[in-house]
This record gives sequence, C-alpha cells and structure tokens, in this order.
Amino acid sequence: MTAISDRDQLSYIAAQAADARVNVELETEGMTLNIGPQHPATHGTLRIVAKLDGEQVIAADPVMGYMHRGYEKLTEVRTYPQVTTLINRIDWVGSFANEVPFILAAEKLMEVEAPPRAQWIRTILFEMSRIANISLFLGDMGLQVGAVTPAFFAFRDREHVLNQIEAVTGGRFHPNFDRIGGLKDDLPAGWITETKRAMKKIRSFCDEIEGLLQGNEIFEARTRGIGVIPADIGLGYGLSGANIRASGVDWDTRRDNPCGLVHDELDWKVWTHVDGDSFARFWVRLQEVRESTKMVDQLLDGLPGGPVMAKVPRIIKVPAGEAYVETENPLGVMGYYIVSKGDLVPYRVKIRSASFNNISITPWLLKGVYVPDIVTILGSLYFILGDIDR
Amino acid sequence: MIAAITDPWWFQTTLRVVGGLAAVLLVAGTLVYLHLFKMVSFMQSRLGPMEAGPFGSLQLLAEVGKFIQKEDIFPRKADRFVFAAAPFVVLMSTFLLVVVVPGGPDAWFVDSEIGIYLGMAVSSVSVIGILMAGWGSASKYSLLGGLRATGQLIAYELPLILAVLGVVIQAETMNMQGIVLAQAEGEIFGWGAIGNPYILTQGVAFLIFLIAMQAELTQTPFDMPIAESELVTGYMTEYSGMRFLLFFIGEFATAGVFSAIAAVLFLGGWYIPGIDPANNIMNVLGPIVLITKVVVLTFIVFWVRFTFPRFREDQLQKLAWKVLIPIALANIVVTGVLKVAF
Repeated sequence: MTAISDRDQLSYIAAQAADARVNVELETEGMTLNIGPQHPATHGTLRIVAKLDGEQVIAADPVMGYMHRGYEKLTEVRTYPQVTTLINRIDWVGSFANEVPFILAAEKLMEVEAPPRAQWIRTILFEMSRIANISLFLGDMGLQVGAVTPAFFAFRDREHVLNQIEAVTGGRFHPNFDRIGGLKDDLPAGWITETKRAMKKIRSFCDEIEGLLQGNEIFEARTRGIGVIPADIGLGYGLSGANIRASGVDWDTRRDNPCGLVHDELDWKVWTHVDGDSFARFWVRLQEVRESTKMVDQLLDGLPGGPVMAKVPRIIKVPAGEAYVETENPLGVMGYYIVSKGDLVPYRVKIRSASFNNISITPWLLKGVYVPDIVTILGSLYFILGDIDR
Repeated sequence: MIAAITDPWWFQTTLRVVGGLAAVLLVAGTLVYLHLFKMVSFMQSRLGPMEAGPFGSLQLLAEVGKFIQKEDIFPRKADRFVFAAAPFVVLMSTFLLVVVVPGGPDAWFVDSEIGIYLGMAVSSVSVIGILMAGWGSASKYSLLGGLRATGQLIAYELPLILAVLGVVIQAETMNMQGIVLAQAEGEIFGWGAIGNPYILTQGVAFLIFLIAMQAELTQTPFDMPIAESELVTGYMTEYSGMRFLLFFIGEFATAGVFSAIAAVLFLGGWYIPGIDPANNIMNVLGPIVLITKVVVLTFIVFWVRFTFPRFREDQLQKLAWKVLIPIALANIVVTGVLKVAF
C-alpha cells in the first residue's frame, strides 16, 4: 500500500461530502397505498397496506377482519341442523361444499353413516359447487389482468350449474341441503340428463376460456413467472388446494383421505404444475374444472338406488367427544373440529378455512413485485372474503 | 362548402364552432351507442340497454342527464383550479385535433399546409390534462394513474409520428387535403381504378399507427393508466358528475378523431373511387364516407379493448421502444428508398 497524500485524502473527503449532499437531495420517500377495504381488486373487504417505492412494493400487509361474523361462536348456540344454514355463508360461491365436512364430522361423532345413494349425491353436489366456484375464478382471472369479456362468459355458464343445484336443493347460492345421516330430498325427475347437458356446456366453457386467456401472449406475459411460490415455502405457510398443487405438491384430500365421499370409486386425475406461478395456479384450476365435470358424469352414471336418509333420531343429540374432518373444498382444504359435550348444540367448533391460510403468504409473496402484479397474484391465489373472515 | 362562403368572419367562426362541436359530440355519441352499449353487449352475451327508446337508443341522453344532475365533488385536499381545469384541457386537445380532419373537397375547418403536423402536436396537449388530473386530485391512485399515463402517452407519441412520416413521404405533403387527393389520384402499378389508399403501400405503418393509437387512447391492452382492477380508474378516480362526463366524452371523441385521422392517412379519407374529387357532391358524400370508415376503425379499437388483457407498465414501454419504433424507422427508410427509386 502506498501512502495517501493529504491532497488525495482531502479530495476524497470532499467527494464523499458531495455524494452525501446529492443523496440527501435525491432522497425519496416511500408511499403507503391502502388497497381496500373498498377496492375493485379485492372482491370483498380485504385491505392490503402496501408500502411502495415508485411502482415497486417494499412491504405488503393484509389486514383482515372487516367482515368477521363470528361463526365459530354462533355455532355454539345453534343446534346441529341449524348450523348448516350458517356455514353455507362461509365460502358463498361454492356453498354446498361448506356443509359437507361439518356434517361428516357430526356423523363421525354420532357413528351414523349415510346410505350409498346419499353419499353419491353428496359427491355430485360437492363437485358441482366446485365447478360453480372455480368457473367464477376462471372469468375473474381475466378481469384481474384487464380482460372484461371472460368474466361475463363465466357468469353466463356458471348459471347452468347453479340452475341444476337449485333444481335439487331449492337454493342457488345457499342450498342448506345436507343433513346428518343423509340428504333432505332425492333428486327430481329428469335431473340427470339435464345435469349431463350442463356438464357439456361447462366443458365447452373451459375450452373457450383456454382460447381466450391461456393462449394469449399478454395473459402469459402478465402471469408467467409472477408470484412464484416454491413448494416448501407454500407448505410452510399452510397453503392448500390448487395453490399448492400448482407448486408441484401432489396432495389432494379427495384422493388421499376420502372420508365419507366417494371420490375413491371414480376414475380421475390430480393435476399438478411445476412452475408455482400465477399461470400455474390458473392452469391447475382450469384442469380441475374439467376433471370435476368428468367426475359428475361418472357419478351420474353409477348412481346407486335406495334411500337418501339413514335412521337418525328426530332430535339430534351428538354424543360427547371430539372429531375433525377435512375435505378438499374449491378453495383448498376445509375442516371442522367439533367438540361435543352431548348437548343439542356443539360445545366448540373450530373452522379451518382454506382462504385464511392461503392469504397468509401474501406478505412474503408481494415483496418486490410491481403494483399491477399485486392484483394478478391476489387473483391467482383466489380467496373468498367470507372464507377468510368467517 | 365552408370555404365557399364569403360571409363575414363571425359567421364563418360560428359555423366552424358548431361544425366542430357536431363532429366531436355526435361522433362520440354514435360510438358510445354503437360500440360501448351494443357491440360489446353482443360480444359478452347480453343485450345492453333496451328500455330507453327503440333498442335503447336514447340511453345516452339518460346517462348525460344523470351525470349533469350529480354533485360536483372536490376532494378536500385537491388543488381546486388544476382539478377543475383538467377535463377541459383533455377535451380541448380533442377539439383542436378535429380541425385538421377534412370531410370533403370544401368541407374542412382548417386547410393548413402543416395539417398532420399540427394534429400530432395538439394531440399531445391531452397529456398535460391527464397529468393535471392525476396531480390535482390529491389521491394516490390518481397520481399513479397520471404518471403512468404520461410515460405511456409520450412513449407512444413516437411510433405514431414515425408511422405518419411514411405516409407524408409518399404523399409529398403534410396537408391533410393533399394526402387525400394524393391517394385519390394515386395508381397501383399503373392501375388507378380505386386510387391508392395508403393501407396498401404503407400497411406496416398502418398497423403501427393502430397500435400506437390504441395506446394513445389508453384503451386495453394499454389501459394501465386506468386499470380499473388495481387503480380503481386511475386519474379519473376522484371525478364525478359533469367533469367525469367530460373525460368520458373526451375518451370516445378522441377515439373517433384519431380513427378519422387514420382513415384520412391510410384508408383514403373522404374520396370515393370513380367520382371526381372536385365534384361538389363529395361535400355531402365525403363526410358520410369518412364516418363509415371511422366506425369501422373504432370497431377494431373496441373489439380489441374488450378482448385482450392489459400489458404491465414495463412491458408496454418495451413494446414501444424495442419493437414499434425500430419497425417504424425501418419503414421510413424503405419508403424513402422506394420513393427515390420509382
């Protein structure tokens, strides 16, 4: 090392000081942007507090609870048949699927088993509510990246499924049809052929969405490589459903743990994708709708006869004990943990809803993305606000 | 016709103002009804407005009445003058733009030797209005939208102008009337039955012009400044009532005027093959021909708008600087070489 002369040192200090002055003058201030609670992108009342540097997100924090309705507490003052009315409203787009795990858990405690026909019809309605739910997502995903028309197609074709659900249950959005020990009613006459026609329409809707969005260069540019979730991080945050299958984790409760539903008797496939980005989540859901229509067709073909209601007491008292049942709902794994003290009402119900866990990854995922990608990522994670806040 | 009038200046001025208002507002209204209300509804498997008047044709009047009745809201922290003036600046650029469009041999507002140059220049004024709206609203969404719009409009101004240059080289004039006549009298390899609409020889420039026009109008896939799923409606977020209506009219009127300029530059403007361009009947038929071409071009604009997803800000800048501008420059070079060669 050569000795540094005083002159060099002085000029060095002066340069440093000049740099510091420039840095002070050019110092920028971050901007905090409140996305929500009232905002078109969050479809509900989710609020995201994003700290921005220009268009880049430095930190993002989801704030939830604007729509908390206290369902876990409310179930404690309602009898078991009354609870289904309530939990219909958790994931309001695929509401029949909410009832199923609760009823299955209660049946497990009571040691009742629904007759085969009831189980098959349950599975049909379960898959149809998945189709109704995810077809909304497929249109909505277009809306998030700016294509308006797919959303209208989604609403149009979802109607076919909702009509069929209404024909059986009497309710388009809130069927309240599942009972402990079976179902409220049998299928109406002519329903099977009508439903097959609806499934055909849903399949052509899937092709349409594929043509409109999947092959579109702009859509791919907006979604490929955006919001990548590695499998281990996704599992660490408790992601489930299509969100984790899009990261390459081959995990589907319908196949791995079919308690009470008849998915194990059907011929179907669990779709996964290796990329883990927004496009993969879209793609996996698209394939899932197709798979569900195939499942419904098979279920309709193999529908067994017999009653739809097992013998259960008129006044339902669930014996003391604890039970947990989870199913693969449209948004991910949904489970109910019921603690009973042998009363008419549950002592405590814990609801494990999929969106609450799915949304918990957003602070990690949104760090460093651009503002337009916030919307794409949130859209591709696909949450329903009722499912987050309960 | 306007030129033939030897009336006092005030009469001519009034006539031109009325003509300009009609050219902007009537065309904008027609486009809203045809494209926004009906064409898009049929695309999205719905009917659109059906109740007000036959097939909902009076819906527009109802909408305008609704907007006029609404309260004129200023955000508390808004810069009141800038906020209030912004929609007028945006609309002013549309009105200034329409004056260069000729509708017939004598049906023009300004017969300037630098017509297209003037048009391109005044079309940039809307950027100032949008920036004023974004800044004056005192809203973060508006500010983001305004800044995005500014970056985008300035970036796409270049391919727009460079695409026009090809036409100017071929027509050897910047006068809009001259460009129409050059197309009417042009020949394709000695065959002059339909003239030479420059879409045939300047097809590349036409495509670039359409894409850049879509971006200048901030329509999808270039609607990042408005981006209703993230920025609510961008720079228009805080506007309500009459001022929002001005933005709304500005959007559709500018679509119409830009389409008219594209029609003049590339589709032959008002001339009809086989009729002498100097014939007086063209003053009546010319505007009709021009408006038909405008409707066709805006149909493409709104068809694309309601079909495609939108680009991200960096992606659309990349498209402008790395794809459109080089192609437009190459087009100018090729046009110049061929012009000299033939």
